[in-house]
This record gives sequence, C-alpha cells and structure tokens, in this order.
Amino acid sequence: MAAGILVFGESDQGKIRKATLEALSQARVLAPTLSGPVTAILLGPGSAAAAAQAAGADRAMSCEAPALANYSGEPYLAAVLAAVSEVKPAGIFFSGSTVGKDLAPRVATKLGVACVSDCTGLAVADGVLEATRPVYAGKAIATVRSKSTPFVATLRPNVFPVTAAPPPSKVDALAFDPPAPKTTVKAVHRAATARAELTQAQVIVSGGRGMKGPEHYKLLEELADEVGAAVGASRAAVDAGWRPHADQVGQTGKTVSPTLYIACGISGAIQHLAGMSSSKIIVAINKDPQAPIFQIANYGIVGDLFEIVPALRDEIRRRRNG
Amino acid sequence: MKIVVCIKRVPDTATRIRIAPDGKSIDPSGVEYVVSPYDEIAVEKAIQLKEQLGAGEVIVVSLGPAEASKELRTCLAMGADRAILLKYAGSSFDLDPLSVAEALADAIRPIQPDLVLTGWKAADDDHAQVGQALAVLLDMPCLTFVAKLDVAGRTATVHREVEGAVEEVEASLPIVVTAQRGLAEPRYASLKGIMAAKKKSIEEKEIATRPSRLELRKLAPPPARPPGRIVGQGKDAVPALVDALMNEAKVL
Ligand SMILES: Cc1cc2nc3c(=O)[nH]c(=O)nc-3n(C[C@H](O)[C@H](O)[C@H](O)COP(=O)(O)OP(=O)(O)OC[C@H]3O[C@@H](n4cnc5c(N)ncnc54)[C@H](O)[C@@H]3O)c2cc1C
Ligand SMILES: Nc1ncnc2c1ncn2[C@@H]1O[C@H](COP(=O)(O)O)[C@@H](O)[C@H]1O
Repeated sequence: MAAGILVFGESDQGKIRKATLEALSQARVLAPTLSGPVTAILLGPGSAAAAAQAAGADRAMSCEAPALANYSGEPYLAAVLAAVSEVKPAGIFFSGSTVGKDLAPRVATKLGVACVSDCTGLAVADGVLEATRPVYAGKAIATVRSKSTPFVATLRPNVFPVTAAPPPSKVDALAFDPPAPKTTVKAVHRAATARAELTQAQVIVSGGRGMKGPEHYKLLEELADEVGAAVGASRAAVDAGWRPHADQVGQTGKTVSPTLYIACGISGAIQHLAGMSSSKIIVAINKDPQAPIFQIANYGIVGDLFEIVPALRDEIRRRRNG
Repeated sequence: MKIVVCIKRVPDTATRIRIAPDGKSIDPSGVEYVVSPYDEIAVEKAIQLKEQLGAGEVIVVSLGPAEASKELRTCLAMGADRAILLKYAGSSFDLDPLSVAEALADAIRPIQPDLVLTGWKAADDDHAQVGQALAVLLDMPCLTFVAKLDVAGRTATVHREVEGAVEEVEASLPIVVTAQRGLAEPRYASLKGIMAAKKKSIEEKEIATRPSRLELRKLAPPPARPPGRIVGQGKDAVPALVDALMNEAKVL
C-alpha cells in the first residue's frame, strides 16, 4: 500500500535549501492523514550531511555517487525511482526549483502518473491529495486531484511556511548505481552578484521603462542592497536591453512571490501583474496616479522615482542604524 | 536536420480570464487565441537553425481544436515547412500533461526528428511538463529552460537558466529542448511568408481521447488583494511608507 510522502530535497553548498524545508513542513502536515512517514531524499556528494538537516522527515536517504554531483536528468530520475520503489509513497513532493521542475514530470512519466505543478495549496480531501495551483499565469486558480497514485507535485517556493521540526532519526544510504548521464555540464556561469535570485528572494525591487536607461538601475541596486533584495525588471526594460532576460518578471518571465515587491516606474500591464500579483505586499512608485499597478498595490507613492527611490534607501538606512 | 516544434493554441496573454458558470472552464467569449509565447520562440529558433544550416525541415505539431490550424498557419507563415494537427475538441483541462505528451510522442516518433523543441511552459495551463514527458517517452535527453542553443554536427550546446546561474550543457542529437525567453526573438511573418503558407500542408489526425489522470474540481478567480492606499506624493511620503512597511505590514 502506498503511504506517506517522499520529498526530493536539494542543498546548496552543504546547506539544505529553504524550498526543501518548505516541502518537508507541508509533508509533515499531510503525512499523518496519508498514514505514513515523511522520507527525504538528497543526492550527490555531501548529501548525507545535507540529508541530516531534513527537519520534518522521519527518515532521510542519500546517495553520494560522484555521478550525481551536477544535476542531470537520467541519473537523478533513476535515483528517485529507486527511492520510490523502496518507500512506496502516496505522494512525491519536489520544490518548484529549476531542478524540481525539470525532474518531477520525468518521474511522473516513468511512473505513468500525473504531475501537478506549481502548487500553492495542498490538502488531503476524501483521503486523497488535492492541490490548488495558479493557471493562466495566476489569472485563475485551479483545484485538482490526481486519479493516479503516487501524487507527484512541485511546490511553489515562498508559499508554504517552514515550521520547526526535529531532524530525521536516521540517514540511510540509497543503494543504487547511477546510469551514465546523457548530457554533459561543461560550465556553470554564476551570476556575478551576491544578491538573491529572483524566485527565491524575500524582497524584490523591480524597475520598468520609467527607469529611463540602464545606468539608473544603480538606484534600485542600492535600495536592494539596503534591504537584501533581488532586482527585477519589466519586459519593457528587458526589451530595451537595459537588463538581462533572466531578470524579467511576468507572464513570459519569472513568477515571483516575495513578501515585498517594490515596483518602480512599472505601469502594471496584465502580463507583468501575472508574474508578481501573489507577492504578499506590493509597493508601487509611479508618477502616473492612473497607472494600473496602483490597483493591486498595498501601498503607493505617486511621484518621481528618481527622488523617491534614493529617499527610501536613506530612510530605511537611517531607521536601521538607530 | 529535421526539427519538430510543438506549439499550443492559447488565449492571448492580454486576455482577462473570466470563469464560466460551470466553474470548471473559462468563458470563451471575446477571447483571442495565439501561439503560446515560448512556443513562438521555439518556432523562430527552429527556422533560424534551418536557415543557418541551409538545409532541413521544420515541422510544427499541435494538439488542439480544429481552430488551431490558424496558429499552425501562423508558424507556416513564419517559415515552418509543414504542420500536423492532432485534433482534439475537448477542453485543455480534460487532458493531463502526460496524455498530451503521449499523443505528441506518437505523432513525432515516425518523423525521427533530430531535434524536438517545445516551450518551457504553455501560457494557459502552466504545467511546464510536456517537454520533459515527451523526452522520456521518446527516450531522448531533455534540456529544459534553454536560453541559447547552438548545433554543430551532431552536437548541441545549450545555455540553461537555473537559479542564479547559467549552465552550459552539451548533448548529442536527437534531443528535446524546452525554450526559455532569450533563445530567439520571434519574427513577424512577411507578406511573402503568409502567401507561401497558404500552399503548405496541414495534415490532420484524429486522436483518441483518454480519460485524464487529473480531475479538475474547480476553477476560481485568484483571491482578491486587500484594498491598498496611496500613502502620499513625492519624497515627502517616504517616511509614511517606511512606517507602514515596518509597523503595519511588518515586511521590513
Ligand atoms: C506575449 C506578451 C508577453 C509579455 N510578457 C511580459 C512579462 O513577462 N513581463 C512584463 O513586464 N511585461 C510583459 N509584456 C509586456 C507588457 O504588456 C508591457 O508592455 C510591459 O510590462 C510594460 O513595461 P513597463 O511597465 O516597464 O513600461 P510602461 O508601460 O511604459 O510603463 C512605464 C511606467 O513608468 C512610469 N514612469 C515614467 N517615468 C517615471 C518616473 N520618473 N518616476 C516614476 N514613474 C515613472 C510611467 O508613469 C509608466 O506607468 C508582455 C507582452 C506580450 C504581448
Ligand atoms: N496541446 C499541445 N499541442 C502542442 N504542443 C503542446 C501542447 N501542450 C503543450 N505543448 C508543448 O509543451 C510545452 C509545455 O507545455 P505545458 O507542459 O502544458 O506547460 C508547450 O510550450 C508546447 O510547446
């Protein structure tokens, strides 16, 4: 009988990722009604140490095989399938990271079951898992159940709260021989900034066409560094070549749900809102009081961002320093 | 080189989505349909690769209603050579992404493509799954979230966008690639392209509908955001904003 939940965990430089702790916390809430334990699996060299940090898991598994050092579809898929056949879970949770999004559908396909992506709510109803997930880039919310078991899901980052829980009582090695990867990672080019990555950031400062040119993003970066934020952009700013594609927020960019999103010189086109309207608190700074962004903002200031943004940076600095 | 591109007909991204009275579908009135944005990027990339190599064939495949021949025609006008429409009259929500991938895989297998391109996610159901599922079913390596793709001989080199980094990955053809923004800028079809598209063929196939592995229980509008307020004008309003963020919203 399928029971309990298997959580695919990820770590970064030996430290378990927050998104994994979110998935574990949610699994902890649901597992008792699925009459089974929470099992975490972490892969790659150093994964045993990371697995020991899997708070909320009853048991953790790891595989230190060097072939798992970089993410690659085939060996990771095989590892998860090996864990699945050992644990026989009713649910398999991934975080909605690039690895999770890549891997979860492969696992579901191999198991011949459905995968539910980008869940923002998970519950057990009538004895089965039920998820809510945004569709049409957040313009509607779908409630879905899977007719097949296990229920494979990816969880949107920054949505599920992390609750304190004890670490797993044991970490076992997953006995398994990874197949050769079919793709080769040649290089990893890390962003040259210490700033948080957009989809993981708690705070985002974002600039649009109102920034008037690439040189002015320095204003946003200074504000961002004051509050530990990532810097995003509207498509207009990206299309103008002011910011890289990877910084674009919106329907054809990143979907973000930070606790605070500060939109500067962004009008609030429907495609932009689609990517950020699930942010907890939205601040709009725009000189046009009619700009649609004000309709979804919790707080707005009407005026010139070139005055307001530096003043905001200084005011926050002043209060923090005493 | 044979390149297959999977394209989906979806509501234009500017569409305001209204839920139909059944609570399980969207109200179709006034909805304009387009090629899903990432798919359009994938089509453009395929055409560019063909142009670079000076040889090859670009085949666009779509699973959808008869009306999706309009979106396929758009791709033919951009420069794709031929199109296949897998006719499915039901709602997109009555299919799970794996059944879509299965139907697409069945149609793609006999073509024996060197490269299969999909969008990384479709702009309606936002699954972000069909490319990966297709790769497993076709037993090809899959490279997701690709913002750059070069092909030299039988080797493809891609840039994948991952958190805070770009991964440079190499693989041997045939492969499945899911397109991220940055991969290519879709062209507008030229008048010549539009005329030429009229002569290109769209092969129609009926597909058997299988029961979905997913059950849509409900479709609802997103939760309304609490009403906001303008804290003031210009930089004089900054202290009030910081107060609100620190003491009321407690996010700073
Ligand atoms: C298929 C498709 C997909 C799309 N996907 C996306 C997407 O993912 N993300 C996205 O963002 N857009 C997307 N768009 C584009 C979207 O429709 C808008 O064109 C875009 O979001 C506008 O960007 P903006 O708000 O920066 O520019 P504008 O709409 O030009 O707004 C600039 C704003 O800056 C304000 N401003 C100007 N100067 C100042 C100043 N000194 N101080 C304060 N305020 C000032 C103005 O009042 C104005 O409101 C997409 C469009 C299409 C067709
Ligand atoms: N019905 C369909 N017909 C053709 N291609 C599709 C279809 N559904 C999904 N795809 C392809 O798979 C990609 C990812 O879709 P999805 O997994 O639904 O988000 C899309 O961008 C398309 O390239």
